[in-house]
Amino acid sequence: MIILKDVDTIPNINTLEGYLQAGGYRALRHGMEKLDPETITEYVKDSGLRGRGGAGFPTGLKWSFVPKDTGKPIYLCCNADESEPGTFKDREIILKKPHILLEGIAIASYALDCHHCFIYIRGEFAHEAEILRKAIREAEEQHFLGKNILGSDFHLNVVVYRGAGAYICGEETGLIESIEGKRGYPRIKPPFPASVGVNQCPTVVNNVETLAFLPFIVLEGPDAYKRFGSENNYGTKLYCLSGHLNTPGVYELEMGVYLDELIEKYGGGIPGNRKLKAVIPGGSSVPVLKADEVHVRMDFDSLQKAGTMLGSAGVIVMDDTTSMVDAALNLAKFYAHESCGQCTPCREGTGWLVKLLKKIKDGRGDKNDPDLAVDICNNMEGNTICPLADAAAAPIRSIVQKFRDEFDQRLG
Amino acid sequence: MEIKFSPEALEEARRIKEFFTFQQGSLLPVLHLAHREFGTVSDEVIDYLSSLLDIPVSNIKDAVSFYTMFNMEEWGRYVIQVCHTLSCALRGAAEIVDFLEKKLKITVGRTTPDKKFTLIKVECLGSCGTAPVVRINDQYYENLTIERLDSILDKLE
Repeated sequence: MIILKDVDTIPNINTLEGYLQAGGYRALRHGMEKLDPETITEYVKDSGLRGRGGAGFPTGLKWSFVPKDTGKPIYLCCNADESEPGTFKDREIILKKPHILLEGIAIASYALDCHHCFIYIRGEFAHEAEILRKAIREAEEQHFLGKNILGSDFHLNVVVYRGAGAYICGEETGLIESIEGKRGYPRIKPPFPASVGVNQCPTVVNNVETLAFLPFIVLEGPDAYKRFGSENNYGTKLYCLSGHLNTPGVYELEMGVYLDELIEKYGGGIPGNRKLKAVIPGGSSVPVLKADEVHVRMDFDSLQKAGTMLGSAGVIVMDDTTSMVDAALNLAKFYAHESCGQCTPCREGTGWLVKLLKKIKDGRGDKNDPDLAVDICNNMEGNTICPLADAAAAPIRSIVQKFRDEFDQRLG
Repeated sequence: MEIKFSPEALEEARRIKEFFTFQQGSLLPVLHLAHREFGTVSDEVIDYLSSLLDIPVSNIKDAVSFYTMFNMEEWGRYVIQVCHTLSCALRGAAEIVDFLEKKLKITVGRTTPDKKFTLIKVECLGSCGTAPVVRINDQYYENLTIERLDSILDKLE
């Protein structure tokens, strides 16, 4: 397709040599020699590219918020925190084709007049961080990054910055705080990072997958990108399949593939003679779908209409042996552990959910407890600085509501 | 024991400090370095880093206590991190934890008496397509079975 194109046919595409053989860095040359920064931004806007970190915000629009006349440096932060449960696509890009990310970073930086880029990668990805460092050195030696890129006077310093184990640092202002060496406490917005980001300077935070689309868009043009997908949901998508499947993994497909097709054709269906019970389609932070709701297109708008979200396209599949009470408790524990603790509704709410769901799981719940869980979720949502509270509330509330009988059966 | 970086690590710390001049930008990279050098971020290490980086002790403790990868107590030589978030849970993370507790004769959060292994449960490691996943020090072990994990542990010195 686009990002993972040639990874199966050019075995050394993970190296600079292999990437060049596959036509790598031609887009950067084309962009710098034939287009100007404004045109590249227009291309990105026209392509309809939406951010792939989860929110689906239009990338070109995000770039256009950056003030160019502040006299301060502009920073680009590549978000490789990849901490959303069920999501493992950025790692795939870094392992298999790191230079497509670096080329995307160079193109974005050229368009944004940015000379400093941080790749913020989750701390656990020590091996992947080393791959990126090596790829950066290779690219610098051949003037695709670093000083005098392609013989021009454009400089770009790309630095790998390792996180240290905190889900919240995937939130863009938490990420910025972390780069500043502090706790990853999300900031109150506005001001948005576009005007006040790293060290109070204008900053763009883009996901790995988002940046990796740029070489194609610049080289082939926005219309070529729009040949994939549908209105408002253009391009391809790296879908992450995990859970009860025969062939879990990352699959790059046209945006809008049907979820049931994704599960059967690409995920290889459910192992054994078991049946599908539930799917979380967009990383753990989105509402669950029941087995009879999976004939739905996997794009931003279709999933929103279905009452859930595309998010990071981390598809977690659960078969009929799964206890939905256990699944809800598992997620509650995750969010309680990862809540940064700044906002009371999130800090307390996630903790209460764990206690309540544990009580139900242990057969000590009373008949009001499932409603109480929903009530807690309702009181967390929208009442905090960042979306972690919403991310915890959405899946848990939907699991309790859609699988209510399982909760009722476990009551004491 | 006096806490002090090796000459190579000290050189790297200096380079980091020169490069990350804004805010406390040098802190996380130097903490990773310190963790590699000393195996722990103890009070003594924090004092040392504070004078090296000109960052107050309280600010360093603030950050260290927030991130899960910096341990302030001493861990074993091999830190076994079992992912137990949803995708791994669906594919047998609980069985992996049971097996490890029995094999190492310790409960989660503990270190073996010979200081060889520490067993912890961690949240999503970002490798859900190859669940269940265990990380031992910096190395990922994916698509694990109990048998494979057993032989992996037996091979660790």
